[in-house]
Amino acid sequence: MAKLDLMLFEEEYKLLQEIIGRLEKDASAKVVFLVDKNGQQIAAAGDVKSIDATSLASLTAGNVAATDGLAKLIGEKEFSLLFHEGEKDNLHISIVGKRGILVVIFDQNSSLALVRLRVKKASKELQEIFDQVEQRAQKEADSGSRFESPFSEITDEDIDRLFGD
Amino acid sequence: MTFINYASREINCKIVYYGPGLCGKTTNIQWIYEQANPEKRGKLVSLATETDRTLFFDFLPLDMGTVKGFKVRFHLYTVPGQVFYDASRKLILRGCDGIIFVADSQRARMEANIESIANLATNLKENGFDIRSIPYVLQLNKRDMPSAATIPEMERLLRFRNEPMIEAVANKGGGVIETLKAAARQVLMELQRA
Ligand SMILES: Nc1nc2c(ncn2[C@@H]2O[C@H](COP(=O)(O)OP(=O)(O)O)[C@@H](O)[C@H]2O)c(=O)[nH]1
Ligand SMILES: [Mg+2]
Repeated sequence: MAKLDLMLFEEEYKLLQEIIGRLEKDASAKVVFLVDKNGQQIAAAGDVKSIDATSLASLTAGNVAATDGLAKLIGEKEFSLLFHEGEKDNLHISIVGKRGILVVIFDQNSSLALVRLRVKKASKELQEIFDQVEQRAQKEADSGSRFESPFSEITDEDIDRLFGD
Repeated sequence: MTFINYASREINCKIVYYGPGLCGKTTNIQWIYEQANPEKRGKLVSLATETDRTLFFDFLPLDMGTVKGFKVRFHLYTVPGQVFYDASRKLILRGCDGIIFVADSQRARMEANIESIANLATNLKENGFDIRSIPYVLQLNKRDMPSAATIPEMERLLRFRNEPMIEAVANKGGGVIETLKAAARQVLMELQRA
């Protein structure tokens, strides 16, 4: 695994956000999160304010990582779906491609069947965008004409300032 | 793998505290949590056993401010130190941007420190990283212990790539921020080569 950074540009981000938003409506969900397998939030839709999104992203990734580990132990490649049923709210977690995790939180206004159906469709669309992002990164890495980092001039003072107070 | 979102102008960096059981990893990030401006820190999530030993990981998100117009956020993780949690440690190293190795200065723990560095090298490799090149800081913790080994002794046994080496007394906060800063410097400098 070479160090291929995940860089999202405006247009890709907008597309992802659009798909997530549509999924939230179509599935009658409360909240939908798209999270990176390393535990970072990529996009969200719905009643996002009601939840500590950063912790959710990290714990989801931990959960998926642990489940991946369990799958390997029993000789499966991965479990593509996790479902947690609560008294009021339910958590539907699924894998998108190699690096994405889709988290859907829903209550009695929706159903597992509906969520499943809509997630399937959205996953396909998300997958296409992830593929594009990856292809672009790969192309840049291959051609050597790499994207100019905006951080080429970080100084010690910049870093000191981060720890300023 | 640093996650750079050009749309929301955010950089998220993952820094992992590694080291043998009870060396002070959780204590480091607890101190940072207590010191941080409540507006800049997220919730400290600890997946621990009933006796407070780290079971899976501790997690603390920190908003650091901006660099070059990008919001910088650190995600600090600790690993469980006990030998039998190796599978979990491997998972937590996924996509990390930098490592802080917390060494326990007590003489009796020197063997455990050495073993833990070897274990880190193996687990990094399995995640596609090289311990010789990833951003890396060595913290010599528990300097207050009467049974602490001398600095030159520890340096000879544990320092292997001229990495920043910082003395700490984590439960009193000594050296904690300095250590994080040394790691942040390396991680952010690394972005220049992105
Ligand atoms: N004397 C002393 N105790 C420390 C220091 N740092 C941590 N401790 C204590 O060591 C114990 C284990 O620390 P913990 O952070 O849980 O270790 P972890 O297993 O690496 O997460 C706790 O009782 C801490 O209070 C230090 O610098 N000096
Ligand atoms: Mg701990």
